[in-house]
Amino acid sequence: MPYKIVASQCTGCSACEPECPNKAIFEKEGIFLIDPKKCTECIGFFDEPQCVAVCPVDKTCIVDKSLPRYQK
Amino acid sequence: MEALMEPGRGVSERFSKLKGLAIAVAPHKGCGSSGGSGKSSCGSSAGSGDLPPDVWEKVKNHPCYSEEGHHHYARMHVAVAPACNIQCNYCNRKYDCANESRPGVVSERLTPGQAARKVLAVASEIPQMTVLGIAGPGDPLANPDKTFGTFDRVFKAAPDIKLCLSTNGLALPDHVARIKDFKVDHVTITINMIDPEVGARIYPWVFFRHKRYVGKDAAKLLSERQLEGLEMLTQAGILCKVNSVMIPGINDDHLVEVNKAVKSRGAFLHNIMPLISAPEHGTVFGLAGQRGPTAQELKALQDKCEGEMNMMRHCRQCRADAVGLLGEDRGAEFTTERIESMEIQYDAGKRQSYRDSVEVERSARRAAREQELLTLAGENSNRKILLAVATKGGGKVNEHFGHAKEFQIYEMSTAGAKFVGHRRVDLYCQGGYGEEDALAGVIRAINDCVAVLVAKIGACPKEELRKAGIEPIDQYAYDHIETSAISYYRSYLERLKSGAVADVERGDAVIRQGAFIEVGAPAGQAA
Repeated sequence: MPYKIVASQCTGCSACEPECPNKAIFEKEGIFLIDPKKCTECIGFFDEPQCVAVCPVDKTCIVDKSLPRYQK
Repeated sequence: MEALMEPGRGVSERFSKLKGLAIAVAPHKGCGSSGGSGKSSCGSSAGSGDLPPDVWEKVKNHPCYSEEGHHHYARMHVAVAPACNIQCNYCNRKYDCANESRPGVVSERLTPGQAARKVLAVASEIPQMTVLGIAGPGDPLANPDKTFGTFDRVFKAAPDIKLCLSTNGLALPDHVARIKDFKVDHVTITINMIDPEVGARIYPWVFFRHKRYVGKDAAKLLSERQLEGLEMLTQAGILCKVNSVMIPGINDDHLVEVNKAVKSRGAFLHNIMPLISAPEHGTVFGLAGQRGPTAQELKALQDKCEGEMNMMRHCRQCRADAVGLLGEDRGAEFTTERIESMEIQYDAGKRQSYRDSVEVERSARRAAREQELLTLAGENSNRKILLAVATKGGGKVNEHFGHAKEFQIYEMSTAGAKFVGHRRVDLYCQGGYGEEDALAGVIRAINDCVAVLVAKIGACPKEELRKAGIEPIDQYAYDHIETSAISYYRSYLERLKSGAVADVERGDAVIRQGAFIEVGAPAGQAA
């Protein structure tokens, strides 16, 4: 369940939202959030996490270390 | 905000060199005939003469595609497309400032419904508004549902508004059919390179079909998709303009190759723009100290490509939410709040009658221009000069020197007046604040010009301009630009022959980098 978006870095561009295969990304007050219950790190869908790959600001979509890694 | 006066790296050194090249001009002795009734002209390098009739019919009222059109018609951009699928080293998406005017910058994002309402509101208040463009702030085709959702609504409510979009081209081949369905007849693709080696220095990555590509792979993929998309548009009969950002030391020479490649694939207009790059923009180029081109470097490249195809030189590199004539932005008048509360009455008849009146004006002007040109028939000088013109639109010399936010630049030769660009400046006249600096900035911006044509100018700036070798001319106040410019040029040649002015080459000029601050009504004191 592990990716999260660093709120202070998010430009609210929405690029990640449609790329997420789990529909885990949603908008709240101009920036985007990841629902940790839905995130699968894109495992089983793509080689790389889509939010990370499409985000225009480096180190904005990052692993949420407070949560255990996704297990298939 | 203090950074706004910063002219960019290296400028002061360059300028100190330029200053030494100022020419001596004899006292103003009058310049040919004064404006009479029916004198009119509109400077246009992209007038009907340069284009096939069917193309001209499509572009003549499009401010971004026709230099002549941009004097009369306005465009608006709606910022419905925030997402982007590539990263460019000249773009920083985190930056957003109301005073900043450059592509990719917006103050507010709109839903397709809000955008369509805004378009109708603007169109009913501004009859000059003929074009709706979607240009970002990201890439319109990376947000296809929002982009085409907006077009769909506008197309149904106001079919006389032309639709256009501007894209980096990566997703273009997937959307050409839809573009055609919505009768979008103008598409702009930004193509900065056709060589992946060059591209790798401009684009750190692209995102395509669920994968991020970097380096030369990214540039190669982008270039292939751009050229494929361009070919598809040409085949579908959709007019395509190509934008290129000139980045000295990276793609400046290479853009000649780009020009050939896009022309051969059917692009009908090429718009080479200067890199906008200052450290405070926070872009990769800005932070690395990558400079933009000087005015003469830009013009030399545009001239070099011109033999191949029409060059666009009136681009203002506007924001993705700009509203109004090019060079002005009335976006602040149309806030979402105000639009929500507006009663919109879309009057297609009123809009048509505005267009009709422009047509009458245009043909009168064309005739006057031809007539004025005849007066140059006996001249066979090779001497070309640049003139700066203060105008607020309508193709006239109708702006006070001190109120000018930009100057239009005309290259004069015995073939007539050719529009070759514009230079943005800070207001010289801001009610006493920072006038000295601002005047120096204006002189830097038009330093390659022999004269500046204005509606009015004060004694003090007049003197300073003369010292810098630029002749201030106010005798053509409110006349049409092109006839005035030809008249001035004719008298200039006469004075050259008689030895009244020295034949000295002008130096280079500086392209302004910083943000522009919109000042309300400039306080009193017309300069």
